[in-house]
Amino acid sequence: MNTTKPLAIEARNLTKSYGDTAVLGGIDIAVPEGTVFSLLGPNGAGKTTTVNILTTLIPADGGDAFVGGRSVAREADAVRRTIGVTGQFAAVDGLLTGRENLHLMGRLHHLGKRETRRRAEELLERFDLMDAAKRAPATYSGGMRRRLDIAMCLMGEPKVIFLDEPTTGLDPAGRRTVWSSIRELVKAGATIFLTTQYLEEADELADRIAVLDGGRLVAEGTPEQLKRMIPGGHISLRLHRADQVERTAQILNASGSDADQLTVQVPSDGSVTSLRKLLDVLDREGIEVDELTIHTPDLDDVFLSLTGNATA
Amino acid sequence: MSTLAHSLSDTSTMLRRQLKHMLRYPSLTLMLVGMPVVFLLLFVYVFGGTLGDGLGGPTGGREAYLTYLTPGMTLMAIVAAVQGTAISVAMDMTEGIIDRFRTMSIARVSVLTGHVIAAMIQAFLCIAVVLLVAIAIGFRPEADLLGWLGLVGVFALISFGLIWLTVGLGMAAKTVEEASNTPMPLMLLPFLGSAFVPTESMPTAVQYFADYQPFTPFIEVVRGLLFDTAVDGTDLVLTIAWSLALALLGYVVAKKKFNKR
Repeated sequence: MNTTKPLAIEARNLTKSYGDTAVLGGIDIAVPEGTVFSLLGPNGAGKTTTVNILTTLIPADGGDAFVGGRSVAREADAVRRTIGVTGQFAAVDGLLTGRENLHLMGRLHHLGKRETRRRAEELLERFDLMDAAKRAPATYSGGMRRRLDIAMCLMGEPKVIFLDEPTTGLDPAGRRTVWSSIRELVKAGATIFLTTQYLEEADELADRIAVLDGGRLVAEGTPEQLKRMIPGGHISLRLHRADQVERTAQILNASGSDADQLTVQVPSDGSVTSLRKLLDVLDREGIEVDELTIHTPDLDDVFLSLTGNATA
Repeated sequence: MSTLAHSLSDTSTMLRRQLKHMLRYPSLTLMLVGMPVVFLLLFVYVFGGTLGDGLGGPTGGREAYLTYLTPGMTLMAIVAAVQGTAISVAMDMTEGIIDRFRTMSIARVSVLTGHVIAAMIQAFLCIAVVLLVAIAIGFRPEADLLGWLGLVGVFALISFGLIWLTVGLGMAAKTVEEASNTPMPLMLLPFLGSAFVPTESMPTAVQYFADYQPFTPFIEVVRGLLFDTAVDGTDLVLTIAWSLALALLGYVVAKKKFNKR
């Protein structure tokens, strides 16, 4: 854990239940200042509940949470001054124009007229919304709405930014633009708390990832650490002759085999050395192989095996 | 800036937002203004001849009925305006932007007070249109300057009560459809009061209800002020008490719902 930088977000043993259903079963989070933290999990894992607690929208049942060193429960107003939030559903005023939406935020941050205008124009420019400035969000594409949403959250120059599934429902192009917007924020030095269902997104953006499933954190680490967590790599062979399958599985110490499909799976880290060794053995034993594929673990394997939704 | 200054500035920001909504979405305002006007014309020109004769006054007929009806129709105008309040509050709550406001360091009640003040403006607009139409078709108020000032005060007080009540209803509604239905019974209350006919002409049970529900004192105070006749003290006390009670009820419900959502 990075202890040199102070923590921008800290949660200790956070719990929340609705009736008899426990949504969060005691989670711990520590996000150092200026880093991107991604909370990854399937639908219903408790991601939005976590964001709602950390952004003062709902109280936790138990545990402590601090944002910018202030208690979410006891100093909600101080926390609100530090944060910017972009929720799962674009939080824009549908009847005001893009520019008016930004001005509304500026006035609520008590920025003063000139500063409000300056920041609004700057953000419209930065998020490629100049064409949309005079139109109401009802006419925007999903990506534009989301960009306006993120721009609105920046009017107050927040130190800690919460983005709850910022790309859900966007097409690939829209997702890329939102990603580049998020990278801009990181450059500006903000701390970012990002929830997502997409591993690719967490992999692209986050310094640290925590996997949330059923209200519990089942893993935490850098994307690389997580990928190393499961030995998911293997080499898959498809043999030519059915009568060789069983013997091959024995010789190679296979993790699985299927005589009908003529396949044998051999655990492997996918390195050239291990591959050469394997080929030597196959040669020596006279095993005929029709097809060979190397499967290296990606975050999907990690995710699926950790959240218990594995199919493979 | 002090807390009070912040909270005033936030309220004015929210009010500006509501007024822009009214301008961007004028059909709602037009519908709200139109309804009491339609009621006025309908009752005067369709039922007015007969109902006017039944009032038992010296002249009777349509003109007498216009004179009797107009005070009640100003209340109808307020009721029409507040139907829109519940709808626009509920519409607001379905938009994600309210959650954004709730994560910002702003005076939280300003979201609601913005709605209330905008609705007051809408209510006064509705009252003014109804009075102007009534005057155009022959209604002659007899209030002096002091009377008009008193009327503005009474209208403001009653609107304040009914608007907070419907803000509460709008907040409590789970959908916009529900919010457009729950304030409907308010439309019935002027009928079950002294707006269209004197309560003495009703059966005892109905009359009992009519005399003790809030709209009868509201209407009678407005009637007294419009015609510069003595306002009944009990009616005035009841008007103030009902207005404040409804406002308090609506405020408590709305605030609770706003913080809980």
